[in-house]
Amino acid sequence: MNNKEKEILLKKRYSAEKRFRFFGISSIILALLFLCILLINIFTNGLSAFSRTEILLKINFNEKKIGINPSSTDKEIKQANFDEILQEALLSLAPDVQELKQAELIDLVSIDATSEIKKFFLKNRDVLNKTAEVALTLSDDLDQVHKGNFPRNIPEDRRRFSDFQLKIYDEQNAKNKIISEFNWPFIFNADSREPEIAGVGASLSGSFFTLIVCLILSFPLGILAAIYLEEFAPKNKITEIIEVNVNNLAAVPSIVFGLLGLGIFLNYFYLPRSTPLVGGLVLALMTLPRIIIPCRAALKAVPPSIREGALALGASKVQTVMHNVVPLAMPGTLSGTIIGLSQALGETAPLLLIGMVAFINVVPSSPFDPSAVLPVQVYLWSESAERGFVEKTSATIIILIFFLAFMNSFAIYLRNKFEKKWS
Amino acid sequence: MNLIILSLIAVFSLSCYFFGKSKVLKQTKISGKKFHSLPEYYGYYLAAWCGLPALIILFFWSFSELYFVKFFILSDFRADPSIDENKLNLIFSEIKSLAEKNFSGTIPQNLIPYAEKFLSLNKILELSKFAVIFSVIIFCLSFAYTQILKNIRARESVEKVIRVVMFLCAAIAVFTTIGIVLSLLFESIKFFTAVSIFDFITGTNWAPGRAFVRDASVQTADVENVFGAVPLFWGTFFIAMIAMCVAVPIGLFSGIYMAEYASSKVRRVAKPLIEVLAGVPTVVYGFFAALTVGPFFRIIGEGIGLNISSESALAAGMVMGVMIIPYVSSLTDDVINAVPISLREGSYAMGATKSETIKKVVLPAALPGVVGSILLAISRAVGETMIVVMAAGLGANLTINPLEASTTITTQIVTILIGDQSFNNPKTQAAFALGITLFFFTLVINIIALNIVKKFREKYE
Amino acid sequence: MKNEKIKISTKNLNVFYGAKQALFDVNLELEEKKVTALIGPSGCGKSTYIRCLNRMNDVIDICKVEGSIKIDGQEINKKDVDVNLLREKVGMVFQKPNPFPKSIYDNIAYGPRIHGLADNKDDLDKIVESSLKKAALWEEVKDRLNQPGTGLSGGQQQRLCIARTISINPEVILMDEPCSALDPIATAKIEELIDELKKTYTIVIVTHSMSQAARVSQNTGFFHLGKILEFNLTEKIFKNPDNKLTQDYITGRFG
Repeated sequence: MNNKEKEILLKKRYSAEKRFRFFGISSIILALLFLCILLINIFTNGLSAFSRTEILLKINFNEKKIGINPSSTDKEIKQANFDEILQEALLSLAPDVQELKQAELIDLVSIDATSEIKKFFLKNRDVLNKTAEVALTLSDDLDQVHKGNFPRNIPEDRRRFSDFQLKIYDEQNAKNKIISEFNWPFIFNADSREPEIAGVGASLSGSFFTLIVCLILSFPLGILAAIYLEEFAPKNKITEIIEVNVNNLAAVPSIVFGLLGLGIFLNYFYLPRSTPLVGGLVLALMTLPRIIIPCRAALKAVPPSIREGALALGASKVQTVMHNVVPLAMPGTLSGTIIGLSQALGETAPLLLIGMVAFINVVPSSPFDPSAVLPVQVYLWSESAERGFVEKTSATIIILIFFLAFMNSFAIYLRNKFEKKWS
Repeated sequence: MNLIILSLIAVFSLSCYFFGKSKVLKQTKISGKKFHSLPEYYGYYLAAWCGLPALIILFFWSFSELYFVKFFILSDFRADPSIDENKLNLIFSEIKSLAEKNFSGTIPQNLIPYAEKFLSLNKILELSKFAVIFSVIIFCLSFAYTQILKNIRARESVEKVIRVVMFLCAAIAVFTTIGIVLSLLFESIKFFTAVSIFDFITGTNWAPGRAFVRDASVQTADVENVFGAVPLFWGTFFIAMIAMCVAVPIGLFSGIYMAEYASSKVRRVAKPLIEVLAGVPTVVYGFFAALTVGPFFRIIGEGIGLNISSESALAAGMVMGVMIIPYVSSLTDDVINAVPISLREGSYAMGATKSETIKKVVLPAALPGVVGSILLAISRAVGETMIVVMAAGLGANLTINPLEASTTITTQIVTILIGDQSFNNPKTQAAFALGITLFFFTLVINIIALNIVKKFREKYE
Repeated sequence: MKNEKIKISTKNLNVFYGAKQALFDVNLELEEKKVTALIGPSGCGKSTYIRCLNRMNDVIDICKVEGSIKIDGQEINKKDVDVNLLREKVGMVFQKPNPFPKSIYDNIAYGPRIHGLADNKDDLDKIVESSLKKAALWEEVKDRLNQPGTGLSGGQQQRLCIARTISINPEVILMDEPCSALDPIATAKIEELIDELKKTYTIVIVTHSMSQAARVSQNTGFFHLGKILEFNLTEKIFKNPDNKLTQDYITGRFG
């Protein structure tokens, strides 16, 4: 081969090298780009859910129309009728309109409007027989319009609010009677058929209880199992079988655990459906191998010299392990546990199978109440057609991702801060 | 009721611990007697004898309680030959709901006396459970106390108990697997008595909607030819392949770049960021696929004249592929790093470029590990549920067109079991049959993959 | 020595691993088609030195090489030098044999393939055969060229690596303690081989064994703490060295 051919070959080899590097870098960039697109998409869709649109309505708290007097108790007020003054206030926005349009005026506010007025009155009793401006939640369609999520130029027959309602909205907006507030009810309310008052309160509570049950069950069992396998188990067939099982369970699809929960916990033991108790039980079985494996790795990393030192002092094996080895393995174990829990937080399929598809409109207050969890809520709302639920679903995902990011960062922080490097 | 007993046992055991410990402390002070173990071990000893036998009895009693009650209550019905196993279960559930006062619908009058019997039987059992456990605690406590006074080697006994407890915790993994297999097997066997395995595995028509029957007896004609699972196997395989087409190239090249080319700064940032892709809950991917990716493809399709449905195998497969990228890239990174540097240096010393060294020396050496990681990724793709439920649709067909809706094993399991379910019809049981198929398939892939990776690691470490 | 042609010369060669300096102002001139041995206690920079000669230190991120390295009068320690062509010319055999996990044939054929040295399969066969013959391995493996290179014994593997290095027609062969992982019989075979090879190639060998240096080399350099303390004909170094430290090392007082 002469010099010229050699040169050509060399050029080819170098361009092959450059191409290879290019594929490598572009793959990484592509993967990160996907991540960005996903997150940006969710955030732009969901951020608007954290604000709620309200209309400031002048309401005349006429005591005769409500049916109370200045000395009524709270209980009597809660049972009183505020509908009439609400209607009156709404109708005054556009006096002299006929029945059809009157119904549309009433639809401007959410179905919770009456209780919102009640709450306002209970806090401001002195407005009795006076007129006051109350902020009431706007219906979800106009709420979406105000946030700019819904295009206004779609013809009337293809949207759920009428031109008239739109006109009233514009009028009130021009008078600065339409305001945006932080959407606290979104965080605290339970689910609802109406998007504007639906909230993640039930799912937050449900996720909390489910994770607690999962943690209480899987953490002690996982650690004890890992300690046994790593420190005490003899090298025989039984130990091998247990190890193979642990490794396999870590890779079993989560839906199979849901089937297990359904078949045994619900149908055999008649445990209550759709509760964090059963959900936590199923997730605990799933999380167990995910705690055992990092715990074993952490135990393995503790050098034998620590064990030998304790044994040489006359400590028994159990004392050596419990007092000397396990504390040193705690950082790795804890961070592994937190990561396992965060994976459990995001699980959906097994919980669907144990019945968490119900419509939960009351915030659960114990692990024995039926509830939903955050990812299940995402699934349920995503099946809804109303536009208002799109932003709510995205916002729920934002909340979920927030918790996951927090837990994972905490785990990494723990690991970095407390892990001793033994080399 | 069980909760009350549990808390009582806990309180008792705790007090036993303190009692035992202080007793021993006092004894050593008074009589100067030397005890074998530290005082707290005597406390633990006492607490263990108080709590453990009681817990064990509580456990087994609660399990068998249900059986016993069921047997007793249903004894009258059992005499009737026309009522089979399924109907018996149904009757029992009805009696139970009646007794617990959450029965929906018209109340069958004939079952009311049985509900009353149920309640009274339960009460008797609960009281006797309480009595038995209480007496067991007293008995064990007195025994343990005499043992303490005899200066037994408390620490050794306590440590033995600890070891047994730890062993049981580890064995839970085995119990879980057994539980999974049993629960799946039980229902699947019921399914396969109605539908033959052969039809299930080879049939190409999946339309279980028609086979939903309320009562326990199933007409063969209803279930014939509607439980052919081949379209589901195909859909699962098809979508998994689409996912791998996305994940393998991107994952492999990312892993190779991070292992061989990237500076440690880039690696420290890029690797955890790519891992985030694996940490995003799958329901989020599903939502993204259903809300954005699916309609996006449909709009593009309209633009170029193709009819793409908004729920397509392509959308689900691609999003699933993105989720799987870190599984491939992380393992590839680890596996390539495990190849010893001496091989690389041998190649560089010959004048090979970095890419030539990777392509011709490092990758072939790392091949088993890479194959293992791809197999694990496939197993993950096959078992994935939420992305396909939300984005792939429900079309049980044998299409090779990725632009149509497709369904998978996991989607059907969810669809069947989310709806109104009674436990004794082929439709529900079909879900379990699908579940056991999925379980064994992923089990086999995982075992093969883990073995390959293990052998590879043994070679180089 | 002054009349022989100089193949490799290093001037003011300083090498740093991060902040730590490993080589201090090494000036050496190595003759063509002779065997030069580099001896000295562990960690004194011998391996670092020869790794400079084929730019293998580039592989280590924190390593910085300063100074002049000339091969056939051409400077190689500068940015625009094609490292891959350099390594075609200057080959290396490592301390622990590192055959690729491929067949014996493919191990030898690897280099010629990437450098395009064979036009067809017959040429490649010829190169493989001649390399194995030159490495004195042909007779032992000619019937099992398809079996993996890792299946050979330690000594055979090292000869395989030598054959692999020869297959691309280098002019210089660098050997970093090639026999330290081998038994005495395999070592003897390789020393015999080196004696043959020096007729065609310039050889630089790092060795811990002084007897080996005395046996195979014509010139020897003594490294101590990153500096070259003495460099002369092997006979002189071993019979009456100029430097006292050299004397102490050779007589076994340290190192």
